[in-house]
Amino acid sequence: MIAIESLTRKYGGLNAVDNVSFTAEPGRVTGFLGPNGAGKSTTMRILVGLTKATEGRTTILGRSYADLPNPGREVGVLLDASAQHAGRTGREILTIAQRTMGLPSSRVAAMLEQVSLTSSEADRRVRNYSLGMRQRLGIATALIGDPQVLILDEPANGLDPAGIRWMRDLLRGYANDGGTVLLSSHLLHEIEVIADDLVVIGRGRIVASGTKASLLQQAGTTVRASSGLADLEAALRSNGFDANPVPEGGLRTSADPELVGKLALAVGVALSELRTADGAGLEDMFLELTADTQREGAVA
Amino acid sequence: MSTTAVTTRETSVPTRRVALEAAGPIRAIPLSRVVGVELRKMFDTRSGFWLMASIAITATLATVAVIVFAPDSDITYTSFAGAVGFPMSVILPVIAILAVTSEYSQRSGLTTFTLVPHRGRVITAKAIAVLTVAVFSMVLAMLIGVLGNIAGSAIAGVDTTWDSTATELLLIVLGNTLGMLVGFMLGVLIRNSAGAIVGYFVFSLVLPGLSELLAANASWYADRREWLDFNYAQGSLFGGSMTGEQWANLGVTSAVWLVLPLAIGLGTLMRSEVK
Repeated sequence: MIAIESLTRKYGGLNAVDNVSFTAEPGRVTGFLGPNGAGKSTTMRILVGLTKATEGRTTILGRSYADLPNPGREVGVLLDASAQHAGRTGREILTIAQRTMGLPSSRVAAMLEQVSLTSSEADRRVRNYSLGMRQRLGIATALIGDPQVLILDEPANGLDPAGIRWMRDLLRGYANDGGTVLLSSHLLHEIEVIADDLVVIGRGRIVASGTKASLLQQAGTTVRASSGLADLEAALRSNGFDANPVPEGGLRTSADPELVGKLALAVGVALSELRTADGAGLEDMFLELTADTQREGAVA
Repeated sequence: MSTTAVTTRETSVPTRRVALEAAGPIRAIPLSRVVGVELRKMFDTRSGFWLMASIAITATLATVAVIVFAPDSDITYTSFAGAVGFPMSVILPVIAILAVTSEYSQRSGLTTFTLVPHRGRVITAKAIAVLTVAVFSMVLAMLIGVLGNIAGSAIAGVDTTWDSTATELLLIVLGNTLGMLVGFMLGVLIRNSAGAIVGYFVFSLVLPGLSELLAANASWYADRREWLDFNYAQGSLFGGSMTGEQWANLGVTSAVWLVLPLAIGLGTLMRSEVK
């Protein structure tokens, strides 16, 4: 369980994190989503005490991070896989973590196996690692103390598709076991397949949060038909809903699927597809919510 | 017959199974463990290892140089102790600097300060590790000097001369330890490997020259130099004995040149962001 209450971090006049509050619950994967520079990493650094908050407080498992007697045993942290001494071997980096936490030395080999780093890879120096291998090593460091909470900043960066799949399964299993997972990403697709809850942040402020299902609902409905779309569009509008054409003969509307179905029946339009807008809808919503925070400016 | 206890399984989120029963309950990390880890980190990279090895290597080279080049009359323990001591005064501060700055320059501090979220404990552990290395390496260097003195006098065919007192040796240890602490201070203050090493050489090689120049040209400075110049006050430790006034000079100059900047460095280190 992670709780963040009214967190603010100022740099001069800039509010990098601006009155952010949310919780990450046990048994769930919480996706922390936002464009580059939105304040995700700053929030995570404050969570583990590397950056001081200007205002507000954060707790993990009901305690302030600094009050955890042996944090590695309770919270697994991966903030930047490249932030390791390039001259150490992967095995040595894990050994340092194992010793600091006071764990049996057998944990090092067990973790290497869990993240699929071979023995010869583990004996190489980290400067010779690919980003994907560094991410695996970082995950191993986070998991070595068998913590109840995981805090991961962009963990899928540099992983190949099989690696991303592996990471997803690992985090899913971890949350299913009752663990709390908070992971950040600037890539919506990466997060929407794994997260149960979403927190969307832009320019330091939370712009949306809730379960993925509830956010998907807000994203609306996609409906397709080979003919009669104009009638359906008119019917939706007359009932007070948005309805906008999408490519390849369809509409996106704010009405929920059941209502769209009823209206289609009423106006006699045979539908070829009817579903929540999910993927594309969530992406549109994400871009819209963070539009004024995007570096590219408003998205057309 | 009672049924087996499976009733709670579906009702709530399961608490995470603890795979680490062997590691025992979660207790605070003792400082001794942090010191052990910090010591390990000083040896576990190639550069760290060779920096440590260079203590023994340069001490041996310096000893051989005394045997080869010194006139027979100078085959005394003082010559050997002085020769093995010189490379120490360069290597030990660099070791101290890197122990602190590599956390920032190599960014490993992200993990270090997350696993031990009390920076004061980490820095204290580093200071203890650095001092341990200082004492061990100086004992090692002096032992190499002992072997050199025995071998050198045998080769030269002169009597083996033990002309250094324990006090002299202790003063040398103190002098080199102070030099190492200057390195540690610069590491804490600057938190960048290259910057702190350059800072150390400015401190130990450039400042004494400037001080010398100023003393030669300004009598007001020359009269008070021992109260102002840390290197100068520290240098008397290598002279074999210390007067009360020299101790006072050393105390005053180290407070200004070592303790004060160290306090400022620690203050900023505690509050700064680790990125």
